[in-house]
Amino acid sequence: MAVPQRKTDIGPPNFEQFLPPVIKKNYGKWKYHEVLTPGAMVHVAESGDKLWTVRVASPRILATDTIREHCDIAEKYCDGHLRYTTRNNVEFLVSDEKKLEPIKKELAARGFKMGGIGYGISNVVHTQGWVHCHGAATDASGIVKSMMDELMEYFESKRLPNKLRLAVACCVNMCGAVHCSDIAIVAVHTKIPDIAHENFKNMCELPTVIGSCPTRAISPDPAQKSVKINPDKCMYCGNCFTVCPPINIKNPERDGIAIVIGGKVSSLRTNPKFSKLVIPYISNEPPRWPKVVAAVKHIVDVYAANARKHERVGEWIERIGWERFFSLTGIEFTVHSIDDFTFMRDTLRTSPAFKW
Amino acid sequence: MKKHSTPLIDELEKGPWPSFVTEMKKAGKNNEMANDAVGHLEKCYSTKIGYWKHGGIVGVLGYGGGVIGRYSEIGDEFPGVAHFHTVRLNQPSAFFYTSKALREICDIWDKYGSGLTNMHGSTGDLVLLGTKTAVLEDIFAEYSSRGWDLGSSGSALRTPSCCVGPARCEWANYDTLGLNYALTQEFQDEMHRPSFSYKFKFKLSGCACDCVASLARSDMSIIGTWKGVIKIDQAEVQNYAKKGMDINAEIVNMCPTQCISYNGKEMKIDNAECSRCMHCIAKMTKALRPSGERGATICIGSKAPIVVGSLLSWVVVPFIKLEPPYTELKELIRKIWDWWDENAKPRERIGEVIEMKGMRSFLEAIGVPPMPQQIKEPRKDPFMFYTDEDIASYKAKEAEEKKTGKYKF
Repeated sequence: MAVPQRKTDIGPPNFEQFLPPVIKKNYGKWKYHEVLTPGAMVHVAESGDKLWTVRVASPRILATDTIREHCDIAEKYCDGHLRYTTRNNVEFLVSDEKKLEPIKKELAARGFKMGGIGYGISNVVHTQGWVHCHGAATDASGIVKSMMDELMEYFESKRLPNKLRLAVACCVNMCGAVHCSDIAIVAVHTKIPDIAHENFKNMCELPTVIGSCPTRAISPDPAQKSVKINPDKCMYCGNCFTVCPPINIKNPERDGIAIVIGGKVSSLRTNPKFSKLVIPYISNEPPRWPKVVAAVKHIVDVYAANARKHERVGEWIERIGWERFFSLTGIEFTVHSIDDFTFMRDTLRTSPAFKW
Repeated sequence: MKKHSTPLIDELEKGPWPSFVTEMKKAGKNNEMANDAVGHLEKCYSTKIGYWKHGGIVGVLGYGGGVIGRYSEIGDEFPGVAHFHTVRLNQPSAFFYTSKALREICDIWDKYGSGLTNMHGSTGDLVLLGTKTAVLEDIFAEYSSRGWDLGSSGSALRTPSCCVGPARCEWANYDTLGLNYALTQEFQDEMHRPSFSYKFKFKLSGCACDCVASLARSDMSIIGTWKGVIKIDQAEVQNYAKKGMDINAEIVNMCPTQCISYNGKEMKIDNAECSRCMHCIAKMTKALRPSGERGATICIGSKAPIVVGSLLSWVVVPFIKLEPPYTELKELIRKIWDWWDENAKPRERIGEVIEMKGMRSFLEAIGVPPMPQQIKEPRKDPFMFYTDEDIASYKAKEAEEKKTGKYKF
């Protein structure tokens, strides 16, 4: 088959051609919605028309044959209409109520997991890890799979005080949503990089490398036509590696996982929040990362047992205080949780009001 | 095709959550690239380190981005992933598809690539995971001739993305899908040919629930809001009470501005004091709805930690009307980019530049006046910059006061 003529700057197809007729008709005229089960909801339009949505878990990495299976199901029950969510779940859009129970039955029979709506745990926003990225300090997909196997009941049914957002990033670039999630995993390096000095002058731009360092730990090394790194200032972020291939930051024994919690992006009740560091280091333990999974499960359990209805993790902790969070969870408070970077002056306690 | 032994990642086929390893193996059944990606990943798991070479600069003619080049350090052992480039395909607004469209995407990808995808990348693109340099032009020709363009990468406008908006949400305050499409089309050149100091992202949410996390994940966050009142259906309020909702505990007392009251019969909202956080509306979907003039709040600056620390976007334009052809917004965007272009060092996000140069410089350049809605609180220190013009204007005001005998603060 001859390759067709290429076109440029056409952008994506107009979304309108993909909308189901019930959406086209009621676009911007929805009245209310109701969550029917953790995997199904209905939207009711001013006109009285209804649209049922069935949400299904996805590992985000999908084989084309799985996408075709999504298509088969959408053709059988949804006139070929489906969408994906901002957390990478799959949604089947059902316009005919008679097809709602049959599609749920077929999805269950095929082994798809319905859920992710309402006050539980939905899909985990995550990154490329060892599957595709050069900068990964861990594998994102493996940690996600391990966590969600453990937390499956919260996806499918079990309810929490509010929704709980999980995220995983395979390095401190934090692609995705780690910095603003209820509980999140970020992979960290813990050792200053080695530099293959003989390659520096051929592969790197000196000013870019120096400018890449958040703590100004990098200075020129004219004798070697390279750079040197001040070990007292380097906190192993790896950004110099990002701009300069001969700087090697990866280290299988020292790379590991940090856990940050309490972030949110919505403005409901309280303003959006960053996630904060509570566990500074756990070793990489593929394929199941048991300690990471146990730590996340433990924080979920303590939150579920203690938070008030509608409180997100960060809201709960702001109410009870971080000192109480650490005592309730029994997580060891280490010096690593005390900020010594950008936000330090905002994060120290400038009051004698605290709990024992 | 070589059969790889994969005892470690086989563990990740067990358990109830859908397995990415199963997906990789499924693609690997008939595809050498996906098959070697499976073996390659097993090796990473056994040694606890990645094997992708640093960087990789590949692409298609006419564009400066859209493809993430990737090569394995151990391509001799796993020739299927010696080249393993990612193609970013620009997704339709809010990720709506028909099966026909998806089948076409899959058929083309199976012909040229690994058969593996990410549905979707965090920025929004449909990610085609793994192919070789030699076929990139063919891939682009196949997709573009069928109406699909590449997404973005590099120091460019990245692929915009939006929430489900008016397509399926009663809280949408503007047409997120329509604006997302309009901005993507308007700025095709800025997306495909990197001309910025660094990356720049748009994300569009229809309300403060922010279902696309625009406040945290885009340099320009466009978040829907309204200026009218919250309409109350008192009968539905009663229904919530009857069904067991403790309205005082769950709604009234959780309102951040304490502008709601409920006496057991009737709910009242002091709309002038409401900050439109969405809590009451989101918890009483049948009883409460926004009404009146609709538009959006424009927030600027969010980014991940590198280099100066994480930022969340902050308010720059408290309210803007958003209706086609969106002329006012497009002009604002161009002014913002002009200022950024003039002031940024290489690899400086706009949020970092505003921190360095100050809000004053930024606001003056884009023609937006200072407003209390832009801050959480006024500054605490007295280290202000005064221009001669500032003092002249304060003095002029005082001269006026002397004349009239009345102070104007």
